[in-house]
Amino acid sequence: MAAVIVENISKKYQVEKTKVTALNGISFEVAKGELFGIVGPDGAGKTSLFRILTTLLLADAGAARVEGYDVVKDYKEIRKTVGYMPGKFSLYQDLSVEENLDFFATIFNTSISENYDLIKDIYQQIEPFKKRRAGKLSGGMKQKLALCCALIHKPSVLFLDEPTTGVDAVSRKEFWEMLQRLKLQGISILVSTPYMDEASLCDRVALMENGKILAIDKPSIINSKFSKPLWAVQSNNMFALLKSLKNWEAVSSCYSFGEFYHVVMKSEEKGSREIEEFLMKNQFQEIVIKQIDANIEDSFMALMHTSNE
Amino acid sequence: MKQFFAFVKKEFYHIWRDKRTLFILLGMPITQIIIFGFALTNEVKNSKMAILDFSKDVSSHELIQKISSSKYFDVSNVLTRYDEVEPLFKKGKIKVVLVIPQQFSNELLHANQTKLQLICDASDPNVANTIVNYATAIIKDFQNTIVQDQKLPYRIETEVRMMYNPELKGAYSFVPGVMALILMLTCAMMTSIAIVKEKEMGTMEVILVSPLKPFRVVLAKAVPYMLLSMVNVITILLLSVYVLDVPISGNLSLLISESLLFTITSLALGLLISSITDSQQVAMLISLMGLFLPTTVFSGYMFPIENMPLPLQIMSNIVPAKWYYYIVKTIMIKGLGFTYVWKETLILIGMTVVLFAFSIKNFKTRLA
Repeated sequence: MAAVIVENISKKYQVEKTKVTALNGISFEVAKGELFGIVGPDGAGKTSLFRILTTLLLADAGAARVEGYDVVKDYKEIRKTVGYMPGKFSLYQDLSVEENLDFFATIFNTSISENYDLIKDIYQQIEPFKKRRAGKLSGGMKQKLALCCALIHKPSVLFLDEPTTGVDAVSRKEFWEMLQRLKLQGISILVSTPYMDEASLCDRVALMENGKILAIDKPSIINSKFSKPLWAVQSNNMFALLKSLKNWEAVSSCYSFGEFYHVVMKSEEKGSREIEEFLMKNQFQEIVIKQIDANIEDSFMALMHTSNE
Repeated sequence: MKQFFAFVKKEFYHIWRDKRTLFILLGMPITQIIIFGFALTNEVKNSKMAILDFSKDVSSHELIQKISSSKYFDVSNVLTRYDEVEPLFKKGKIKVVLVIPQQFSNELLHANQTKLQLICDASDPNVANTIVNYATAIIKDFQNTIVQDQKLPYRIETEVRMMYNPELKGAYSFVPGVMALILMLTCAMMTSIAIVKEKEMGTMEVILVSPLKPFRVVLAKAVPYMLLSMVNVITILLLSVYVLDVPISGNLSLLISESLLFTITSLALGLLISSITDSQQVAMLISLMGLFLPTTVFSGYMFPIENMPLPLQIMSNIVPAKWYYYIVKTIMIKGLGFTYVWKETLILIGMTVVLFAFSIKNFKTRLA
């Protein structure tokens, strides 16, 4: 049986006088021992989804089960079995690293020594600072501590809401390596992130936008579905370049990506030659055009593009 | 149970590490007692008095001597003319003028009758009244020493005895008041803030997704403040006995148990506040406006409830502090036993039960 089953979940919020849809009929399943990523920009509804699954919010419609327990009826059972790490750092800032960990171990009826092997890899990195107050830790160390606290009772499902937001690149990489190791221990992990590059590290990802899931699949399959050729374009005047590309009727979509613009043409026949001609005609210099493979972000942009039309 | 104690321990860490708040919590009763005991007193002492003595004879000198030696008056100015009186009042230098007519001694001893005039600054009516009463009492006393040996045909002597507080000390009424105030503040305000803080910091989110029963979380947060309040009760009692000379006439353990009951009532109020608010500021505002103000106004230790208009008198009944104030006054000042306060105790217990029921009903096991 799947670790998490989500069926047609919807959630609306009353913001001032208008209703805002946070989740709009979402369904998916997470298999046991799977590292499942939910990727989407801010405001896509990731946090609402996590809160519904961790029994903190009630959905307006639909049903969800975690480890076979209903999120509404059996919320007490779920609270015993899952580990949850909210997006905002939610430990006690005035308690030390050790005190925080000890506290969370105790309220889950366990002790640090009992499950030490599970958190050992992670905890060893912050152990030199175990007497330091949690509020005085760096962003990366805070996240490692929060992960330790979420893991200390050996949960069977781990919910991580944007664990790497605001964390430096090195710590992010380390964090994902830890998740891979935890997966090997048989823990099902549901992780959300706004960073597209992290999606490829998941077993499967759901791309989310505006409360809807645009696609669910293995990252490689999502990318291979990207049907049209993709061009990376660069020139001397990047600002004007974006403007003229966007105004060119032959372009389907164009967005910045690192030091290039990624361009998708409406017609697949049009290639680098046509783009170059167009740019020369518009007085651009130092033009670089190359065809590239789509990554998860390109797929996301394409999916967003089609869902908006 | 182990979880519960871990939570209480954690709560003590929070309180202990927030030195500023801890200092306020434990320092508040001390400063309050000292402020109320020495600065904010409604006893009238050392009122500045001016003397306009037209007679300047033996009796007038004796009278002036008697007045200036009392602790109530300070003779600061000696005047010679009537038109000096008003400028002095205008400057606010004096509270009262005693005018002694010419031939004071003569008339008193030979005509058996004379008159004195008291001119008083009545911009504060209560103070003016008190001053006049004090002055009249001294003058009457002066008259009694003169007529001591003579037999008057008809005489009524009133002998006054001030029960429970013979020296009419203000401290006797404000010590119970300060106790009610401090307990209300530390318990209700601090618990509600402490719980709402967990909501604000997001830690409530993690705590909720744990096997801990939500209501136990809240109780665990209340326990340290209850202990702290008991420390405050003892501080106030020690200060009142040893600094303000207000003795505890009644049973100490009864007084402490009643204080514990009121602490629990206040905690229940704090829990209720925390269950309806989401930010520390709102919790603080509600505690201050909704608890501090009614406690000071309606408990009866600053303003007598009997003098209020009827609707306010009725309203004062829902303020728990009123009942606690009455209980403490009865036990501590009057020295009476439980049989005199059982009704009030029952009312407090009833309030506590209702408040707890409400806050349990209102407590959210989820975020929204």
